[in-house]
Amino acid sequence: MMCRIGAIKSKNPVQPSMALRLMLPQQEGHDNSGFAMVMQDLYGVFGLYKDKPLLSMACTQQGGHLVEEYMDAHRFVKMSEWLPVPDKRKGLNIQTMPYYIFRTYDYPEYVTDPDEREALLLDTRLALRQMLTETGQGYIYSFWPDVLTLKEVGDPMDIATYFHLWDDNGCLVAKNIIVQSRQNTNYEIIRYAAHPFFLQGYTLCANGENTFYTKNKEFQSSLFRGYIGFESDSQTFLYTLHYVLHELKWPIPYYKHVITPLPFSEIEHREDKDVLLSIRQSLAHLEINGPNTIIAGLPDGRMMTCCDSKKLRPVVVGGDENTVAIASEVCGINEILPDRDTSKDIYPDEREIVVIDNDLEVKRWKQ
Amino acid sequence: METVKVQDVAVDDLPWTIEYHSERCTLCGSCLASCTFGAIKPVVRRQSVTVSEGNQPKPAHRQIARTIIEQVASFANACRGCGMCERVCPNHAIRPVRNPDNRRTLLSRDSGPIKRGGRTNLNAQRTLDKIIVGRISQMTDPSLDAQRHTFDMRAPLGRVLSARELPFSMTDGHITMTHKAPPVRWIYPLIFSDMSIGALSTRAWEAVAMATAYLNERCNIPIRMSSGEGGMPVKLLESEHLKYFIIQIASGHFGWNRIVKALPRMKVDPAAILIKIGQGAKPGDGGLLQAEKVAPHVQAIRGVPKATLSSPPNHQGLYSIEESVQKMHLSLNAAFGFRVPVAIKCAASSTSVSVYNNLLRDPYKICGGLFLDGIQGGTGAANEVSLDHTGHPIVSKIRDCYLAAVRQGLQGQIPLYGGGGIGLTGNAAADAFKMICLGANGVFCGKILIQLLGCVGNEHGRCNSCNTGKCPTGICTQDPRLVKRLDVDRGAQKIVDYVLAFDSEMKKLMAPIGNSSLPVGRSDALVSTDKAIADKLGIQYVC
Repeated sequence: MMCRIGAIKSKNPVQPSMALRLMLPQQEGHDNSGFAMVMQDLYGVFGLYKDKPLLSMACTQQGGHLVEEYMDAHRFVKMSEWLPVPDKRKGLNIQTMPYYIFRTYDYPEYVTDPDEREALLLDTRLALRQMLTETGQGYIYSFWPDVLTLKEVGDPMDIATYFHLWDDNGCLVAKNIIVQSRQNTNYEIIRYAAHPFFLQGYTLCANGENTFYTKNKEFQSSLFRGYIGFESDSQTFLYTLHYVLHELKWPIPYYKHVITPLPFSEIEHREDKDVLLSIRQSLAHLEINGPNTIIAGLPDGRMMTCCDSKKLRPVVVGGDENTVAIASEVCGINEILPDRDTSKDIYPDEREIVVIDNDLEVKRWKQ
Repeated sequence: METVKVQDVAVDDLPWTIEYHSERCTLCGSCLASCTFGAIKPVVRRQSVTVSEGNQPKPAHRQIARTIIEQVASFANACRGCGMCERVCPNHAIRPVRNPDNRRTLLSRDSGPIKRGGRTNLNAQRTLDKIIVGRISQMTDPSLDAQRHTFDMRAPLGRVLSARELPFSMTDGHITMTHKAPPVRWIYPLIFSDMSIGALSTRAWEAVAMATAYLNERCNIPIRMSSGEGGMPVKLLESEHLKYFIIQIASGHFGWNRIVKALPRMKVDPAAILIKIGQGAKPGDGGLLQAEKVAPHVQAIRGVPKATLSSPPNHQGLYSIEESVQKMHLSLNAAFGFRVPVAIKCAASSTSVSVYNNLLRDPYKICGGLFLDGIQGGTGAANEVSLDHTGHPIVSKIRDCYLAAVRQGLQGQIPLYGGGGIGLTGNAAADAFKMICLGANGVFCGKILIQLLGCVGNEHGRCNSCNTGKCPTGICTQDPRLVKRLDVDRGAQKIVDYVLAFDSEMKKLMAPIGNSSLPVGRSDALVSTDKAIADKLGIQYVC
């Protein structure tokens, strides 16, 4: 499939309408079937609660109750809540859920260690997800400090109208937004199948078809308890990113070596060939071998992008001194940053990994 | 009433009968000279002929004595259907014809169990032909171009560690190795397997070895050849070419006296060591080289007298998998300084998954590969009862082993190689590709190599006389006159050409599923037209 994907990283907090303007020009034909975004480094209504885990969910009334009961029973303390007031005008192309809940909690007092907190947030999200899936009462997208996820099925323009995202009302504001405007039209429409996907601070969206999906999935299923779902073939990219950076704690450039290893003929001539061969053979099942572009956000706010080893799916990075945008097609960046110096746009090649740090400095590594 | 001795063996009891046209025969004798089995003989028979030689018709009836070719009515000299007589006959006067009403299986056990070479003639069913590469890149993602794109067709051989076990340390954003990991070779996913000098004529073995070297050095195809259990020429052991060879050790340890003595003089390491526990054609049975084939050079290389050489069914002194790991794997690893992968070859069996699980859990991380050999594998000599009635099909067994590893998250740690019937129909690339999608890292093949050299044997009872020392193509014999029939250079070229075609065909299969690396375990690329096969292998059923 060919999702259009994008990301904005700005020194000045921005609102979702900018993400929409990044995405809409990239629309082609009938592929605008959903809208999903992950916002990180929040201002607006959640600006005061940056260190508190924020739960993003869509559910029925009963689902809401179930979650509240669970959170109370596990001694999470509710801090704040923001419920979007929807625009329910007729004729909008959106498949709504009854409630959209964004709520911050304080950690239970018995957990203070940062690693234990990370684990607890994941386990809580997994438990809530299982509960809501079994009862059919809703969807949990993320539960993490300073991270908000909104996903829905329908026309992105209409979804934005429904949630008043065009209004720039100052409620949802963030320095980092990763966005995608298509549901998974090739397969069953499942809300969990829409990118961006989120896991313990890592956010990722990808386009293209993951031809090694089966291999990736079979390998990841036993690697880490958070690697679940697999509703989309692109989730595996997130899990590999999480595994390489969070679990193995390898430096970022090695992610590229894992997913698109160098050909043996090139490895042979490298000084670090022992390392590269070891990675290639130990993580052979995490290789991707189809057409893909990846845009990801890291827990510390940095963003990264890279594409497949044949550059079958392109990606562009462009920006000015205050904002950098990444998009699968340049027309989106032209829309939101028309006055930037386009000669400085970066078209990462098939061997490159590009990271944008929090000062908007761009680092590029060649594999 | 005529007396008939029905207990005598008659020509029509034999599996092949000779169709002979005396009127076309010029009595040149070529067929007699070509038949290695003594299946035909010249005889003088009385014939009645009527001729008219004058200007006017004047028929005259005469009885004459005439030489003709006749089939020998004996199982010891039975025609094997090899067709050498037909090849050499200048006038198409003679050829073997299959005899469906033969009584071979009943009458040919006079001196014990039937022995022969070749493959099973009973279980030649083809699971792989009911599997199709059915997931094609059509608009969802681009197919690749088999001619234009580059393909990374390599398979690991050696113990692969999990990522967490890698001896890595981080400095300045770079990973470095703190110490060595177990040796892993990245080789071509097709291995020339296990035919010994002894089973093969020295020249036939040489032809396969020449093809191996040529493919490596001229075609950039890092194919590896297993020595088989019969040792290797010392000159080869001490040459740079040793790196293309996998040295096999089987229960008879044949040839290892010379190999061990050559160790200090080896310039390069061999590709791997392969411990043979069993083979698919005759599982549970040791190697067998009948005295007919134990020629002086075979005696020298193996260090044995002229006698039938039976390798024991088991490695002496080994009694468990753990013990095998501790004794054989460790000692062979140590012998080569832990620089050479040590793999193991077993006959596929209902117990293969247990073996694989056990090896995967070995704490020394010392098993560098599991070669599983299915019932359709070939052999130089075996009891026919073993060939036809023992063994296990390879396709589901490779899949079972792969999925057992998947369930534990250990897939890829001990590379899986499947063999036994790869290329049975001549289409080795399709077979290999499907096996790889089901979880094999690569495949090994032997029989098709000798078929490329000229072997005419097949799964329908043709020839299969590898055990007799009378191989009519000079491949499985040590008789110097017969060996001359094999043109080593042309034979090697045949193998090279086949592998080059194999390589192109693999690309032709990888390209439409959009992959430039081997799709190991990519079962989603396969579909089956047989529901039972689809269910068993966990792939899509289609019709």
